[in-house]
Amino acid sequence: MSKIHVNATVNGDAVEYLCEPDESLLDSLRDRLGLTGSKEGCGTGDCGACSVVLDGRLVCSCLVLGAEADGRAIETIEGLADGDELHPLQQKFLEHAALQCGICTPGFLVAAKALLDKNPDPDETEIRYWLAGNLCRCTGYDKIVRAVMDTAEEMRR
Amino acid sequence: MRYLAPASVGEAVSALAAEPGLSRILAGGTDLLVQMKTGLAEPDLIVDIKKISDLTEIRCDGSGFRIGAAVCGAQLAEHGELASAWPGVVESVNLIGSTQIQGRATPAGNLCNASPAADSVPALIAAAAVATVAGTGGTREVAVEDFVTSPGRSVLENGEIVVSLNLPARPENASDAYERFIPRTEMDIAVVGVGVSVETDSDGRITAARVGLGAVAPTPLLVEDAGRALVGTKLDDEALEKCAAAAMEACSPINDKRGTIDFRIKVAGALAKRVAARAYRRARGEQ
Ligand code: FES
Ligand code: FES
Repeated sequence: MSKIHVNATVNGDAVEYLCEPDESLLDSLRDRLGLTGSKEGCGTGDCGACSVVLDGRLVCSCLVLGAEADGRAIETIEGLADGDELHPLQQKFLEHAALQCGICTPGFLVAAKALLDKNPDPDETEIRYWLAGNLCRCTGYDKIVRAVMDTAEEMRR
Repeated sequence: MRYLAPASVGEAVSALAAEPGLSRILAGGTDLLVQMKTGLAEPDLIVDIKKISDLTEIRCDGSGFRIGAAVCGAQLAEHGELASAWPGVVESVNLIGSTQIQGRATPAGNLCNASPAADSVPALIAAAAVATVAGTGGTREVAVEDFVTSPGRSVLENGEIVVSLNLPARPENASDAYERFIPRTEMDIAVVGVGVSVETDSDGRITAARVGLGAVAPTPLLVEDAGRALVGTKLDDEALEKCAAAAMEACSPINDKRGTIDFRIKVAGALAKRVAARAYRRARGEQ
């Protein structure tokens, strides 16, 4: 297979990489660009651990081809914190103990940020439906939902 | 495997027609990439249609709506005119998968995947939607109820692609609805799905009705008798019973872990009544 040359923007920076035509964007991010924050839980769109924002839409990067990213803008978990300063969501996840093993956490954070960007004042039901595509085997979800609600409240202040 | 992202329908169709091996169209990729990952599909050529700008928009004019084949589910919900003209179609599409899936999966892909349980298809059938199909010889129109021929198979010939799904304009006093039965509240495959579209006169008498059924036969169905049972009525109990009976009569489901034959037939009748009532309330402006 001949490799495909991709130019994209990741977290605001221009990047380029060569990928196989059948390689997922998740693999391109992790293996070509060294951005290993996005996780592979399932590889089939079920768990949301690989969530990224592609041209403004929340998607599973395991269900996108690396080749499709040419000319497009991607936001990953690596773009969430501002240098050493955590994003309020990250801070609240820590305070609420909204993670245990942590493999689901990057996906939840990226998905929760996409929600708050769209709707700064979501109610609990909206949060639970929005995050229904993100699976967590450890926390039981409640602390995650509380952390997102608390963040939203703080960010609205 | 080769990956192509052509800029026009003509290029896409020529590339597909020229490919001697197995080719697949990539729209949202939520079926295709899973099939590739699990070894169910090993295409030699993938044609990504999302760079064809004409296919990425919803257009609306006097004759109705044209939903490009690369339009994702989330775009339907964001389109105010479409959501108010065809709330049943939009709710059927938005039931599919998570937020992440909605950002990718397309209604056209849901149709082309040709699953008997596809959520959007019964609603599209009820809406009298028509798919525009392009091939090397030009385009043709296929009514959605004629599109799926057996589980996983459709009328698409080699080298053909769906370019849009077209919904008619809505008269006054018309609406639609879709509901499905699943054993949980979110993100599952329909055990039974029912779409109903009705038009009424200003007095609330039904002048036209269509009923689409999913997951109860090898292909999604248009049940003409179920629609006919509603026409001329103001949706009294007798009309609803007749509609349900016709829907149940049309079922030829399978037994599987998600539902037995008897259960699916019974639920098809119950849902037909419920969804018809919901479409009617919407048409009357009550909901
Ligand atoms: S790894 Fe992409 S959804 Fe699970
Ligand atoms: S913290 Fe372990 S899966 Fe969520």
